Amino acid sequence: MKTVFKNKRVAGILTVLPQNEALFEDEVGNYSFPEKQTLRLKKVMGYEKHRIAKPETASSDLALYGLSHLLEKGLLKKEEIGAVLVVTLTPDHFLPHVSNILHGKLGLSREVVCMDILQGCCGFMLGMMQGFTLLDYMPDKKVVLVNADVLSHKISKQDRNSYPLIGDAATVTILENQSGAPDMYFNLLTDGTGRDALGIPAGGSRMPCTPETAVIKDDGEGNFRSLDNMYMNGTEVLQFVLREVPLVIDETLAYAGVGKEKIEYFLFHQPNRFMMRKLAERAELPFEKLPMNIVEAYGNASGASIPMDITENFGARMCREKYLVCLSAFGAGWCWSAAVTELGNMDFCETVTSSC
Amino acid sequence: MESIYDILAELRPENDFHASTDFIGDGMLDSFDIVELVTALEEKFDILIDALDILPENFANTDAIAGVVRKNGGSL
Repeated sequence: MKTVFKNKRVAGILTVLPQNEALFEDEVGNYSFPEKQTLRLKKVMGYEKHRIAKPETASSDLALYGLSHLLEKGLLKKEEIGAVLVVTLTPDHFLPHVSNILHGKLGLSREVVCMDILQGCCGFMLGMMQGFTLLDYMPDKKVVLVNADVLSHKISKQDRNSYPLIGDAATVTILENQSGAPDMYFNLLTDGTGRDALGIPAGGSRMPCTPETAVIKDDGEGNFRSLDNMYMNGTEVLQFVLREVPLVIDETLAYAGVGKEKIEYFLFHQPNRFMMRKLAERAELPFEKLPMNIVEAYGNASGASIPMDITENFGARMCREKYLVCLSAFGAGWCWSAAVTELGNMDFCETVTSSC
Repeated sequence: MESIYDILAELRPENDFHASTDFIGDGMLDSFDIVELVTALEEKFDILIDALDILPENFANTDAIAGVVRKNGGSL
């Protein structure tokens, strides 16, 4: 789906990181592979450290911390909120919804629309598209877009294929109407035939969690996980991303009528350093315009990855200045997307750390 | 070709790559080994390997690996 959103803007972004920072080198012993072999991945894949939430922390805890921070600082007012839109792969429960948990704990108005979307790495792009659509029906309100995940709870610590690269985080992005705002060009694609490349087999209605699904087994390559854990076919993911994402970037730039050379920053979902490097090569993007530092410093936090990129790499600069950017996210589903837009003059753009 | 064997031996010294024609099927290389192998080949032959060439079958034996190196501008 290609579309352009008019008179909309991103008013602010807040990243919430869990306090606990885990080092890849300290986790090497968890894996069944020789330590020397595993440590070599540090350089190639960019495995440095990642943020891991406490075992008792749920997605809503990180999101609530962020929203409370904004309300306490006066960066957001309860009466301005028209909708709370939560995108997550790790909801606190099937019921109640995370958005309703936040609504109740914050004491929001009964007029506020609450909505949860189950989505992976494209969660920021899909969330923005949904949020901007909602804004057409609430001209004087703001949409609170929450991307929150505690993926560490769903990945085996003995799975070298996935555990080193993931991170936990939440982001809160405020979307609002603004007359005369620059057009925002979006392009989002789906191919459900690729749905099995990433998954969590057990826990839904197809395969409820049982003692049997919790049994940890070798996947045949030396990674140990259960059916309750997330798995990823890394080779398929790599091929999908490198085949499709350069095309959607070019297509979106053409749709926006913007040359690649005009883009000041390419702010992408960051799965790992190797994939980012290969994507930059294949899409012919200058490395200096494509930050790759988030996954190394915090881990891949799924839908929160792009807003984390923005708060970490721009911070207050995003409040003082404006940048023409190309966003792109890609992942489970398959789902992949790009957007070309101007970002800037935000009311806030910062990162905070919670004790969650 | 020996330079490829040298890289493989450094990557996984416990394996005898001369004794196999299917490194993937014989469990000698996994997907992360291929990522490392790509990086090592790029450094050794001063090339950039096209992302779409990073398929397991292209790293199943030394002939296939040599083909990838040549296709991407390397000389053996």
